[in-house]
Amino acid sequence: MKHLLSINDISKVDAISILDTAQELARVSDGPMKKLPTLRGRTIVNLFAEDSTRTRISFEAAAKRLSADVINFSSKGSSISKGESLKDTAQTLQAMGADAVIIRHSASGAAQRLADSKWMSGSVINAGDGTHEHPSQALLDAFTIRKHLSKGATDLTGLRVAIVGDVLHSRVARSNVLLLSKLGAQVVLVAPPTLLPLGIESWPCQISYDLDEVISNVDAIMMLRIQIERMSEMYFPNAREYSRYFGLNSDRIRAMKPEAIVMHPGPMNRGLEITADAADGARSVIVEQVTNGVSIRMAILYLLLSGNQEITENGVNS
Amino acid sequence: MSLALPAPDIARALIRISHEILERNSGSANITLLGIPTRGAHLAKRIAFAIEAIEGTSVQMGTLDITLHRDDLRMRAPRALMPTVIPSLGVEGRDVVLVDDVLFSGRTIRAALDALGEIGRPKSVQLAVLVDRGHRQLPIRADFVGKNLPTSIEQSVVVHLRELDGAEEVLIEGPAS
Repeated sequence: MKHLLSINDISKVDAISILDTAQELARVSDGPMKKLPTLRGRTIVNLFAEDSTRTRISFEAAAKRLSADVINFSSKGSSISKGESLKDTAQTLQAMGADAVIIRHSASGAAQRLADSKWMSGSVINAGDGTHEHPSQALLDAFTIRKHLSKGATDLTGLRVAIVGDVLHSRVARSNVLLLSKLGAQVVLVAPPTLLPLGIESWPCQISYDLDEVISNVDAIMMLRIQIERMSEMYFPNAREYSRYFGLNSDRIRAMKPEAIVMHPGPMNRGLEITADAADGARSVIVEQVTNGVSIRMAILYLLLSGNQEITENGVNS
Repeated sequence: MSLALPAPDIARALIRISHEILERNSGSANITLLGIPTRGAHLAKRIAFAIEAIEGTSVQMGTLDITLHRDDLRMRAPRALMPTVIPSLGVEGRDVVLVDDVLFSGRTIRAALDALGEIGRPKSVQLAVLVDRGHRQLPIRADFVGKNLPTSIEQSVVVHLRELDGAEEVLIEGPAS
């Protein structure tokens, strides 16, 4: 594995190995010394052409815990805002000797373009491209679900996960549907028809328009942010009506299975897709998702950057 | 391929190492055994059982994964991480005995010393290995050795333990020296 662009590129075995690696790395994060020498001398660039808090900081923390050098680069305050192209930016990064570029971009397929081009030789990690994919988020969500609910199993067989809300604009939903179903979970998308993308029938999941019908028999519920910045037209009559039909509130929390968990990739619109008491309640693992994000991203960086892919394991006595 | 250590010899070597560890440290009270996964972890467990049988008291035992501290990470395919389990009393001020199956270049042990340094400051660090096959690339030696096996660099030493491999033996593979 050289790049991480899409969940489609990784097999179930790869995904489980990323989760297992993250699990071991999480113990390091819990220990007294949080820093490891593993990626000393490697340069990792955070290329964020779109706003982000969690993902950028999380990748930065992960890289620093593995002793890599991190260069942060965001569109605001860089030449991207002067209209510099992705190609010129990439060539600049290559000239500076970047071993990996973590890219967040508003255009779907930007990460793929960067990886396929000959503009730079390092690894490319997709940290969210338009409405396409956000693989590291899906991996951290799967990690969180596995930790709470798999009862020691390495995959998610037999678990049922609902993903609720703005599926149309959500790269998190797409990556999660692909990954969770790959790991054996049953996924059901719950949204008004206007917020489901075309071609949704081909996704490996079920569809429902009724949250109350679904909520009592899922093990995890993932609320998606209503992405107002991507909405140019009316997708639902008003915020109150959306909350009433598709928002998570304390009544719906009570209808859930006793051990079920509440997730949100953040940032939350409190009061729109999730009420404050649901977001802060005992079932919520939303803050833990952020912690797990660092472990998952350490695992991704370790697996992509530590080895030379051409040489296979053969020594036993070294 | 030749048989260097059959199962009964492995058992005898581990019993002797257990006695030597106790002798050197005047008992088991301050000892912490740390096995280096995978086979070192199983050997540490066996040494811990032997020490408990000899002394009648339990001994601190855990595992130390050194993968993230290796100096050859860039030359090999990424390796899966193994669990690190530090026993309840930690390593601070303890006499830590690292346990591994084969001592070869010494690089694994260097990485283990680095990994250990991240966890705390032991009073002393000692090294027990089942087989020392020579060809050191670093100034590292073992305190307790099951058997010194003179080998040529082209050969490889394969350890099979019944917990993992079904068989229990140490083999030398490759051209005879």
